[in-house]
Amino acid sequence: MRRILIMGATSAIAEATAREFAALGDALFLVGRNPDRLTAIADDLRLRGAAQAETWVMDARELNAYPALLDEATQRLGGLDTALIAHGTLTDQIAAQASSEMMLAEFQTNALSHMVLCTELGNRFEAQGHGCIAVISSVAGDRGRQSNYVYGSAKAAVTAFTSGLRQRLHPKGVHVLTIKPGFVDTPMTAAFKKGPLWATPATVAKAIVKAVQRGKPVLYTPWFWWPIMQIIKNVPEAIFRKLKL
Amino acid sequence: MSRQAFSWGRLPAPEQRLIKLASRFDALPTTTESLLPYGLGRSYGDSCLNSGGVLVGTRGLDRYIAFDRDSGVIEVEAGVSLGEIIELTLPQGWFPAALPGTRFVTVGGAIANDVHGKNHHRAGSFGHHLLGFELLRSDGQALHCSPTANAELFAATIGGLGLTGLIRRASLQLQRVPGPWISGSSERFGSLAEFFALSAEAETASAYTVAWIDSSATGANTGRGIFIRGNHAEGPNSTATPKGIRLPITPPQSLINPLTLAAFNALYYWRPAAVARDALWHWQPFFHPLDAVQEWNRIYGPRGFYQYQCVVPMQDAETVIGEMLQRIAESRLGSFLVVLKTFGSMAARGMMSFPRPGATLAIDFPNRGAPTLALLDALDALTMAADGAVYPAKDARMSPTAFRQYFPQWQAFARHVDPRFSSSFWRRVTETEVT
Repeated sequence: MRRILIMGATSAIAEATAREFAALGDALFLVGRNPDRLTAIADDLRLRGAAQAETWVMDARELNAYPALLDEATQRLGGLDTALIAHGTLTDQIAAQASSEMMLAEFQTNALSHMVLCTELGNRFEAQGHGCIAVISSVAGDRGRQSNYVYGSAKAAVTAFTSGLRQRLHPKGVHVLTIKPGFVDTPMTAAFKKGPLWATPATVAKAIVKAVQRGKPVLYTPWFWWPIMQIIKNVPEAIFRKLKL
Repeated sequence: MSRQAFSWGRLPAPEQRLIKLASRFDALPTTTESLLPYGLGRSYGDSCLNSGGVLVGTRGLDRYIAFDRDSGVIEVEAGVSLGEIIELTLPQGWFPAALPGTRFVTVGGAIANDVHGKNHHRAGSFGHHLLGFELLRSDGQALHCSPTANAELFAATIGGLGLTGLIRRASLQLQRVPGPWISGSSERFGSLAEFFALSAEAETASAYTVAWIDSSATGANTGRGIFIRGNHAEGPNSTATPKGIRLPITPPQSLINPLTLAAFNALYYWRPAAVARDALWHWQPFFHPLDAVQEWNRIYGPRGFYQYQCVVPMQDAETVIGEMLQRIAESRLGSFLVVLKTFGSMAARGMMSFPRPGATLAIDFPNRGAPTLALLDALDALTMAADGAVYPAKDARMSPTAFRQYFPQWQAFARHVDPRFSSSFWRRVTETEVT
């Protein structure tokens, strides 16, 4: 049985992943902003088989609240060995490129909070000599594009940060998983027109749990985003700067 | 705006927007367009469509709320499907007390159509096992409805086609079962008279009865078919569920045509497995043989299909259904999917519920345009003359006149319709002048 912290537990991908963990009988500590939704999700997960489903209301942008959060989760679950960091916002690029204040706020939500939590978790898991930190980054972090480079660069920071953390903690028995979903049909992307590249949260969730179980370092999900991103990363900048991506 | 197929008959969908809810705490969309809750889209015609309006997607309301393993009472969000309820409760020995011909329906949709199953003669319909639900009205009120609280709205919402507001959560009483198995038998019958005799005899001992009818049989063979009965039973200790397949493409033309149909029906009727004295089925192939093929509805090709399901009072059932089957066989417009079943005498709890005492015939018709519609009108004339009714969940074409005769209480029901809710079906049968 895993003892799992889930950050951003009301997000569609996190909830779908929590259902997979619940079916395996894991114990869950669910963190989010909306207490009603957290309670409803916890009730559901207990019926789906979770050994425990605890809730904790917090805003991920409160960067000094993380040590207390981890103490609470560890105490209530009787230990902590896995974390899924899934909170975030889909940045409004037009607004964020017009205002540096807004850009900083987006970085706080989508990059700094992840890095603070990874730092705290990494040090604790290093000390206990085991653990798994799974972080949802994005294919958008693989290369900055004009249509969403504020979101993309925050995710790029998460990708680079977790890559370094993985190298540091690998010899200490701690698994760091960088998850890069492509287009996922969730409330966050409700306004987008959907096509064949879109995946469901349930599909992404199954891939995440498998990657956690197998100790995979980087997960592109669905898998076809790996070749797509290899191409996008390798377009020469002289050409890339003329593209409307 | 979307042009994808939104109802099970795959008839062309109108211009409408789908706005998905993510939780039961979400408010209704703020828009001036009319609203209609939309679950898994298993209604066949336009009762789950809202031309020029908004479909409020309820599949995001898919959480279990509470389940009491001792009493068999389950509370769920309204977008949970009956199949998902079974996944949770069958291992504990509980099963839906009324289950329609597919497990891919939401609880909200099951209430809104007061769905029935093969055990109607004994258990009634879905509404009979409904303990209560929460209904969100467009004025923002969330009303708890049950036989004792907001009883009129409770009755109007059962079979109310999603028009009375958004069902957000509901409690159901499940039935105790020994496991996933059904034991029973299957046998041929040569005529409708034999069918009615078999039904009368089987209904005292069997919880589930249903018959398949050969729609191409004519003359002395009219009304021949296969009668199936069953009860929940003990069986081998296995948790394996049958694996399904998917119909991967829509064929350019309906695969069901007069040539394939007669051959297929005869083969199906005469196949040796049609007769089985001591059969043991897993619940999935017994209740939902078609669920094994996902998107089986594509078999009728790009023009889609109609389903006609009527109920005819028992005293005229044999004559009227015989006449219908004859017309259908002569027209050569029918299909393989023909189901005949007798309803029990339990009065439905919904104001607009379809099930009522009598015999119910359901049949698919590939859409061949005008000849198909003319045949369906002829069937309606027979249903109306016999004082029967047609099932709105299956309908895409009944006339306003027919609707008002089948559901004479429709104006009393209309008072409970939420002012911001509507559907393509509702406008078609109530806003059009009766000529």
